[in-house]
Amino acid sequence: MSFGGHSGGGERRDRGDREGGHGGAGGQRRPFFRRKKTCPFSGANAPKIDYKDVKLLQRFISERGKIVPSRITAVSASKQRLLAKAIKRARFMALLPYVIE
Amino acid sequence: MALYEHLLIARQDISAQAVDALAQHLKTIVEGEGGKVEKQEYWGLRGLAYRIKKNRKGHYVLLNINAPAKAVIELERQLKINEDVLRYLTVKVEAFEVSSKSRRDDRSDAKPEGETVKEETAQ
Repeated sequence: MSFGGHSGGGERRDRGDREGGHGGAGGQRRPFFRRKKTCPFSGANAPKIDYKDVKLLQRFISERGKIVPSRITAVSASKQRLLAKAIKRARFMALLPYVIE
Repeated sequence: MALYEHLLIARQDISAQAVDALAQHLKTIVEGEGGKVEKQEYWGLRGLAYRIKKNRKGHYVLLNINAPAKAVIELERQLKINEDVLRYLTVKVEAFEVSSKSRRDDRSDAKPEGETVKEETAQ
């Protein structure tokens, strides 16, 4: 019973999304309009990912000190791998905390 | 010969002169193995993000090294023995960055974060 309900909900949401996209193109904006985000490390004069650049890396860790997923920060997959490595290096050298309590 | 960036943290209790002497000592090690220290940067006594061996602060030294791998192996061997060194990290790089210091310190040009701006057309 719950399965049926769930699947129905998903379908409905799906349809709603499509409608929203269509409406946006037509000029009528939906409340859930999502602006297209671009990778902050791609394009001209993008910052270079470096483990020594603490200020830059700090923008990509959560309040708890975790690495923020790329679906939130819109970092591209290849840059996210480099970013994760840089953050881990910075943590090892005590430039960033492993955990913020 | 390859390019390496070498960052190390020294104990908080030693003086800046001692850190300088340590850096000089490392330089002679690298040069003894046929390498070269292209740049040496002292970041000063910085606070650590967490405690390492009861230290809350540490002297950071960055060395840009152009040396064969043998020199790095010897360098790291010496650092493992040295009790004044808390941590070290050697990273192989394609090219040294021009001025890491200015990049690190005055990074105020950071763009404002993409806030959740919900655009609404009031018509």
